[in-house]
Amino acid sequence: MNLTLRVWRQPSASAEGRLVTYEVTDVSPDMSFLEMLDVLNERLILAGEEPIAFDHDCREGICGACGMVINGVPHGPQKATTTCQLHMRHFSDGDTITIEPWRSQAFPVIKDLVVDRSAFDRIIAAGGYISAPTGSAPEAHSIPVPKANADAAFEAAACIGCGACVAACPNGSAMLFTAAKVTHLGLLPQGQPERYTRVVDMVAAHDAEGFGGCTNTGECAAACPKGIPLETISRLNRDYLQATLRRH
Amino acid sequence: MVGAIFGSTVGKKAIMATTGVILLLYLIAHMLGNLRIFFGEESINRYAVWLREIAEPLLGYGGLVWVIRVVLTLSVVLHIVTATQLARRARQARPVRYATRPKVQGSYAARTMRWGGVIIALFVTYHVLDLTVGWLNPDFEHGEVYDNIVVDFQHWYVALAYTAAVVVVGVHIRHGVASALRSLGVTTARGERVVNVAAIVFATALVVGFLSVPFSVFFGLVG
Ligand code: HEM
Ligand code: SF4
Ligand code: FES
Repeated sequence: MNLTLRVWRQPSASAEGRLVTYEVTDVSPDMSFLEMLDVLNERLILAGEEPIAFDHDCREGICGACGMVINGVPHGPQKATTTCQLHMRHFSDGDTITIEPWRSQAFPVIKDLVVDRSAFDRIIAAGGYISAPTGSAPEAHSIPVPKANADAAFEAAACIGCGACVAACPNGSAMLFTAAKVTHLGLLPQGQPERYTRVVDMVAAHDAEGFGGCTNTGECAAACPKGIPLETISRLNRDYLQATLRRH
Repeated sequence: MVGAIFGSTVGKKAIMATTGVILLLYLIAHMLGNLRIFFGEESINRYAVWLREIAEPLLGYGGLVWVIRVVLTLSVVLHIVTATQLARRARQARPVRYATRPKVQGSYAARTMRWGGVIIALFVTYHVLDLTVGWLNPDFEHGEVYDNIVVDFQHWYVALAYTAAVVVVGVHIRHGVASALRSLGVTTARGERVVNVAAIVFATALVVGFLSVPFSVFFGLVG
């Protein structure tokens, strides 16, 4: 199939950017979205032009590196699917596709579709850890975990830190990401010692990075490729309010 | 503790939610009180006096009404100040807009909270000047609650303005209730559906209850 792409091109962080139109021909429906961009980039390189910069690594939906806003939706039209796992069969011959980087004050554009997501690293550094003695791994059954908690913690642990939640949020909030980390650690016995300082520290880091506040609109959960539920944010709020209203 | 509440996005939302719930409890009481009009002139005028007699030995005549007014004013101010701070923060967090961005998830109610809130604030100001103070109601007489309402809603434009405002309040509350329960951390995975349905039922009941009064007057069922 043949497609028209409108791609955000921005040579560097400080340069002005703009949407540039490209025609891509002979796209196979079995290609992934990134492979389709690879084809375009090869053509650009042969023509002596600068290829489109985009982030990618695993290309199997687990690393969180890829991510672009496709026709206004982070990771494109397919629910619970990363850009690298999105296939061209979800588009039709003759479509015009607009591709933009994540838009957030806290995620400055480095080049074209690549943004700097180190703000997430700083939120993690503020509390996304547990303290445990090192040494050989303990026996797996030595600390019992209720099944419901294990399931909810696992669901939250599926977050790959891609940033689609921020890109989708009308407030530019990173609360779904922060809540996923708080929930993942705060539900397990190993995460209990820092449970209440963690949530306060991670929210403080979130706010310090300039992310917006959550208004429970739910755009984040709709865009999340890992299906982190909106309810996770409610759990963060619960822990946060408990941490600040009571002494722990 | 105060810093963690007033200084963080999560804390500000908790303030919005708490003050929103206070305003909501007031609205329920207000709506139920209005329904007295269907029991006749005597009933609603007596009710207004009774409200001022509650706790009279302690606070004096009308004392409780003033306590409620102070609580409501504080709540409205805190609600609007935090809403404004969060709205400004949100704008700074997304300085560059998307070239295309379809409406994906957020409900109409969620998307209109900010402008809806401004409309409600303007309405509340008008409403107080109309039926509490009486400046904007040429036939207003203190204590004549029944007559003041009837005279008011015989004008089609007054009935229309109240109808529009109450619908805006209903929409604001439809998202507000569900949002407040999340902001306060009450909502759990299982409660998610219940909360959404409850918010719709609740907002509808409130709108119908409030609108029954201007409609009944306008169509001559009362007065
Ligand atoms: C007077 C002007 C008002 C303004 C400017 C205003 C503005 C807002 C805004 C911006 C929100 C944020 C909702 C969100 O995005 O999640 C909100 C929430 C809310 N509002 Fe209002 N509002 C006003 C009046 C009222 C009134 C009169 C009531 C009560 C009947 C009310 C009840 C609520 C509730 C319960 C919430 C949910 C709080 C939360 O999400 O945590 N508001 N309001
Ligand atoms: S919560 Fe979902 S959208 Fe947000 S960073 Fe994690 S995986 Fe990506
Ligand atoms: S490239 Fe790893 S998730 Fe897409």
